[in-house]
Parts: sequence; C-alpha cells; structure tokens
Amino acid sequence: MTEDKAATNAESLAKTLETGAGGSAGACEQASGEADIPADAVMLTGAEIVCECLLREGVDIVFGYPGGAILPTYDALTRYPQLHHVLTRHEQGASHMADGYARATGKVGVAMATSGPGATNLVTGIATAMMDSSPIVCITGQVPTGAIGTDAFQETDVTGITLPITKHNYLVTSIDELAEDIREAFHIARTGRPGPVLVDIPKDIQIQTTEFVYPTEPVTLPGYKPPRRGRADQVEAALELIRESRRPVILAGHGISMANANAELAELCERAQIPVALTLLGKGAISERHPMCVGMMGMHGGAEVNHAIQQADLLIALGMRFDDRVTGNLATYAKGSRKIHVDIDSSEINKNVRVDVGIVGDLREVLRQLLDRVERRPNDAWFDRIAEWRADSELREIVRPADAPRHPAVSEGKLLGAQVIRDLFELTGGNAVTVTDVGQHQMWEAQYYQHERPHSLITSGGLGTMGFGLPAAIGAKMARPDQEVWAIVGDGGFQMTSMELATAVQEKVKVNIAVINNGFLGMVRQWQEFFYEERYNQTPMVNPDFCKLAEAYGIPAIRVTERGQIEDAVNATRAQAGGPILVEFVVEKEEIVFPMVPAGADLDDMIRRPTPEEFEQKRRERAAAKATPAETDAEPEPVAPAAVAGTRFGV
Amino acid sequence: MAKHILAALVENRPGVLARVSNLFRRRSFNIDSLSVGRTQRENLSRMTIVMESDAAEADRLVKNLYKLVDVVHVDHLHNQPSVARDMALVKVKASSENRREVIQLCDIFRARIIDVAAESLVVEITGEEEKLGHFTELVRPFGIVEMVRTGVIAMGRGSHTLKDQGYKPNRGRSSSRRSVL
Ligand SMILES: Cc1ncc(C[n+]2csc(CCOP(=O)(O)OP(=O)(O)O)c2C)c(N)n1
Ligand SMILES: [Mg+2]
Repeated sequence: MTEDKAATNAESLAKTLETGAGGSAGACEQASGEADIPADAVMLTGAEIVCECLLREGVDIVFGYPGGAILPTYDALTRYPQLHHVLTRHEQGASHMADGYARATGKVGVAMATSGPGATNLVTGIATAMMDSSPIVCITGQVPTGAIGTDAFQETDVTGITLPITKHNYLVTSIDELAEDIREAFHIARTGRPGPVLVDIPKDIQIQTTEFVYPTEPVTLPGYKPPRRGRADQVEAALELIRESRRPVILAGHGISMANANAELAELCERAQIPVALTLLGKGAISERHPMCVGMMGMHGGAEVNHAIQQADLLIALGMRFDDRVTGNLATYAKGSRKIHVDIDSSEINKNVRVDVGIVGDLREVLRQLLDRVERRPNDAWFDRIAEWRADSELREIVRPADAPRHPAVSEGKLLGAQVIRDLFELTGGNAVTVTDVGQHQMWEAQYYQHERPHSLITSGGLGTMGFGLPAAIGAKMARPDQEVWAIVGDGGFQMTSMELATAVQEKVKVNIAVINNGFLGMVRQWQEFFYEERYNQTPMVNPDFCKLAEAYGIPAIRVTERGQIEDAVNATRAQAGGPILVEFVVEKEEIVFPMVPAGADLDDMIRRPTPEEFEQKRRERAAAKATPAETDAEPEPVAPAAVAGTRFGV
Repeated sequence: MAKHILAALVENRPGVLARVSNLFRRRSFNIDSLSVGRTQRENLSRMTIVMESDAAEADRLVKNLYKLVDVVHVDHLHNQPSVARDMALVKVKASSENRREVIQLCDIFRARIIDVAAESLVVEITGEEEKLGHFTELVRPFGIVEMVRTGVIAMGRGSHTLKDQGYKPNRGRSSSRRSVL
C-alpha cells in the first residue's frame, strides 16, 4: 500500500469515526463496539486496524516503546492523533504505567512494545498485573510469520513466555483475525476477574491489508462466561451463617472496588453490624473512617484486626483470596470460625482455606442478593472486644496525636517513615491517590494513610514488584489528571525505574514523588534483623543525591530531614504546577514495621512494638547487663523469631 | 486417593494444548495421562485427563481448566456411568519356539497381531487400563522390545454427552488457524 493510499484510508476512516466512535473523550461509551461501520468498508493495513480497534475500545493513551517489529504500527499511529502515545524509558515502565492507568480508572490500560527484548521487558509488569487482576492489554510486534521459529533477529516466543502470567494471549496468525483477536483481548481483560491479555502481531500482518470490519454484536466466547448472580441456595446458606454468628468479620479485598460493590459492602456491614477488615488491596473498599471498618489485616495489619479474625466465629471473605500474607499459618488460621467466600473466580474457592459456603458471582450482584434478606441486629459485645485489643495497640503507637505523650522509643529529632506518611495523609486530607513501591514505606503507607475512596491506593500487592511505584503513578495521573497523585517510593525501588522521571518530564505529568530514603533495602534489612541475626548483607546502599538526580531531569526537588519541615515541603509540592516534583525524606535508617507476623507464623503470633512500660523495662535490663560484662566467648544461642524481636531495643 | 477421569472440550486454537499442559505444571497437578484428539465438530477437540488424586484436587483441576478461555466444557466422568479405553502397541519378542504361546495369550485378551517379523510380533490391544496392565505383565517374560500407549479416552454412557454449550465457531475462524495437534 502506498503512503497516499494510506492517507486516504485514514481520512475516510476519520470520517467514520466522527459519526461513529467519536474522539477520544467520548470513546469510552462507544467501547462495546457500537461504532457505525459503513457498508462500503475500507481497506486497511494491519497496523491501522490495530489503531482502529484501540479507538473503538475506548483507548486514549498508549504507553510504549518502538522497535523494528512494531514499526508499522508506530507509523500508523501518526495518522491517529486521538491515540496519545507515551514514550516510556523502559518497556517495564510501559506495562506498569498501563497497570497504574487501569487501576486508577477501571478502564483497560494499553502497553505496546517491539518483539524480543521489548516484549520480555514487559514481562514484570504483566506478571504484576496478573497477580493483582489488573486489566491491561499488551500489544507486541513479532518477527514476520514466515520467520517464526527460526530464531530470527529479535524473535522471542512471547506468547509462550507470558502464558502463565496472562489471563489469555494471542499470536495473530492472519490479518483476517486481527480485529477479532484485539476485540476479544479487551473483552477478556476487562470482564470477569480482570487481568492482562497480550496480543502478539507478526510484522507482515501489520503490513498486509484487508477489509476492516469491526463486529458490533457483543463478544461471545463459548469457553468464557463470567458468572453474575450467586446461586440462590448458597446465598440462603450464607444468610443462615450470618444469622447464627456472634463474632463475624468481613474480609474485604480488591474485588469489592473492582466490582463497584462499595456501597453494597457499606450497607451490609452497617445493617448486620459486622466489622470489616481490609486486605492491602482492599483498602478503599470502604472508608477507613467508617465505624464498621477495623483496618488492615495480615502480616503488617493491625494486631486487633488479626486477633478479631482469629477469634471470629464467622469469616465473610469478599473478593479476596486468602493470600499467605493475610492468613499466616493456614493450620491455625481462624480455627473456630465458619467461612463464607464470595469470589468471581471459582478456582479461588477452597484453594487455600476450606469454606462452608462458597458463592461464585459478581460481588455487587451477590451482595445485593444478600442485602435483600440480611437482618438488622446489634453486635456491641463483639465491637467492645475489638476496641479492647485496639486500645492495647494504641499504647504501642509511635505516631501519636500532638497532645499524647511521646512513645519513649521515639527520640527527639528523629524523622520516621511512619510520621512522613501520617503527615502526608493529614496534609492531603486523605484525598490523594497514592501509588507505592514495595517495602517498608509501602507498609507504612498502608498503616498510616487512611483511604476513603475506591481506587485511591495503587500498590503491587500480589507480586510485590519493586520499581512499580513511579511508572504506575505516572499512568494513574495520566488517567486522572484532575487528581492529586503521590508516588511513595523507597530509595531502593525508586532506582529500579527512576529513568521514568524523563517520561514524566516529557509528558509534563504532575506526579508528586516522595522518596522515603532510609539508605537501606529496609524491608529486607528488617528480616535480616529479625531472622538472620542482624547480618545486613547487601541491604545498605550508597545512593545518589536524589535531589540532584531530579534536578538533572529538570525536576524541582526538596529535601526533608526533620519532621518540622514536612508541612512546608508537602505544601510547596502540592502548589507546584506543570510537571513532576520530588521530595526526598531522609528518614531513620533502622526502623521496623510493627506489628509483624513472621512468614508462616500464626496470624495472632505477632512481633509487637513494646509498650512504653515494656520499653523502659528493657532499657533498664540492658543497662544492667552492660554493667556486668557477659562471657564473651559464649556462642550466641539461636533464637526463635519472636524472642529475637522481644529483646530488640528500638523503634 | 482415587482415579479421576476428566473430559474436556476445547476450541481447536493454536496453543491450547500448551495452555492445558502448562496448567498442570503451574498448579502442580499430577497427571497420569492426557490424550487429545478431534471430535465430530471441526473446531472442537476433546481431551481426556486421568489423574490419581483426592476429590478436592480433581475439583480444583476442573475449575482451573474452566479458567482457560479455550476450554468450552469439562466433565468429571467419575460422576456418571462411563466407558474408558486405553490402547497399546506392544512389540513382543517371539521366536519360532514361543510364537504360538504369545498368539494364544493375544487371543485370550482379544488383542490383534498387526505385524509379524522373524524375531517379534507387534500386538494391538485395547481395553481398560487394568486389562492392558495384566496383558503386559503376562507378555513381559517373553520380552517386550518396545511399547506405546495412547492414554485413556473416555465417554459417558447412554444419554450423557459432553455439552458443547451451543458452540459456534464465533467468527468463522479461518483455516489459517493451526490445529491443536
Ligand atoms: C523486583 C524486586 N526485587 C526484590 C524484591 C525483594 N524486596 C522486597 S522489599 C525490598 C527492599 C525495598 O527497599 P526500598 O525500596 O529502599 O524500600 P524500604 O523497604 O527501604 O522502604 C526488597 C529488596 C522485590 N520485592 N522486588
Ligand atoms: Mg529503603
């Protein structure tokens, strides 16, 4: 096809689009393929078909990186100004940005890359999206059909590589199937339990031409029918268990927000007076200031929450998957409780925890079914017990209201990561979208930033992908430009994808970047402290000057070393317009995230921060021990994790 | 622990066999045998999966199979009367002295001799897995030169059929689609 002809086609298509799919703004509503297709359909190249399909699926932004095998599509993109392409600095950034975009909006995020190394660079982001059920579509170029299997230049079997980390994937084998493959990819990514779908398109197929037809009827796949309503008898059985329970706890996961079931969850817990515990990705399922919400569960969840789960007589798991980080030792997990599990993915039911009632369905539908019948009843005794546990947690709290006495573990002048997050929470009124990286700062975010709305915390929970924070924040901000977006990253993870600072600058994306710099791979250091006798192997880091690094990209930067400086820095950051801005918080190096359930331990066997009294007691014991010198040649006895923590002196 | 036989109808799309076998590895399912072949429907293939496991594990496999987009229907044939057959080709050492004995054994088992050479016979035997097991044990003393089994294929009895969910190839999938096999 000559260039002239391509241009004519693009024009005639542009006309179609005016009457049909419209511009990018309105495209979302047109997503289900309602665009008017003229009877005299036009001939398009495969590359143009890719662009047409993206438009019809409501795509406005593509995150990607060009290369040989995808060049025809990049060339076609020049004729589709409605598709804004964001040039990342690494394909991993593209898949994380698409993921951040998807999580911020619930819309499908799109990443594009070339074959071989381009495609393999996407992999971490795809696996991240898979673990957290995030809807993204990745489009990769592939070597020409005839060269497949010959180890051609930049050939990689990317459908093979991504087979276990995609919800589904396609190697397009004919131009006549291209449009249908892409249409299915979007359908599969966004429906049911969402997830990543990859479409691998050989270069020759991008170049060939065919008549472009975009079917208007909904996608039907014989082997793919996401469930909707729960089975009536199971709903009935669940209601019965709820009626009989005295100490119920709702475990709310990511599924609540993904199913837009937030209002239904609030109504259920209010009506039946059931405390709601959140998973990490469940934050935002219900406002954390809601009286029924008791907070986060699991490895670094509230001690009172874990106690409540262990003491419950009924667990109602909604859109969560009993990950090992929330159950601890399965053999002792919530022994005395009956269990209801509602999930859209039937394979999650009875996977890790055997349940009494499993309901497969869309959470919103199932909650509505429950709400039709659930009875009002008080539950004060149970809430009182949880409040007692909470009071004990509060004793140990280090981030205290200004009028409360300081915990003796916190000495004057120390800047703690936890304080940074708490102040940020207060200064932003809890209204920001926060995007974290992975490590201690991520857990402090989860503990000290209370989220009220769905999709307001974006974090890599399932895969725990360092390097996720900055690119995902860029994607989230581009998806919701009117929203205040903070990337909260550690000094380690930030350096895994800090090249995306350039992307943020080039795109003038105003993300506020908070680098929590503790000079350590802090979370790993914490494990070494607890479980490897304080051998800090390969966790201290010599870091660059993060402010200068930012400045090298033309990004203004502020350094904060004392708590008193946080307010000004945060306010200045929020006031800054036009592009990214970075704040480096130089925090205490050897902090601990408390409480902690050691991996594999019982959920209520937590390493706690000592209470002020315990703390002072230990301080005295230490001083006494110093006075009487110990036998120096004695081998230190190996100690159990909890014991190690118990003797620990510090925050 | 018991033997579970699952039958799955799958769309005849590229990579579907890889998807299913990857699932076994990815979720640590221990499979005794897997056999794949065409059906009366051009676009559908049928897999028979045999696994030794408890019921919960078999149930977990069924659910995970359903998660694959290309899998149209799965049945646990254990739950209904069904027939199952395995087939083997066995090359047995047979000299002029003992050939008669081997042939007699084949007759008893209704096995067919499909190749005769100076020093060996190729025997085709069909039946339930157990029968094939007995047969091979009995011919082993003669010397088994080589053997191949197809793996079990199975089907519900009578009116029980694998539902194809009103399957229509959803887009006149062209012949350019490579087959599963
Ligand atoms: C890609 C990747 N590699 C390694 C890890 C293991 N890991 C988990 S937390 C962590 C330390 C993170 O350090 P930093 O980014 O400085 O955050 P901090 O814990 O200090 O807040 C590491 C190495 C991971 N989660 N992801
Ligand atoms: Mg760090």
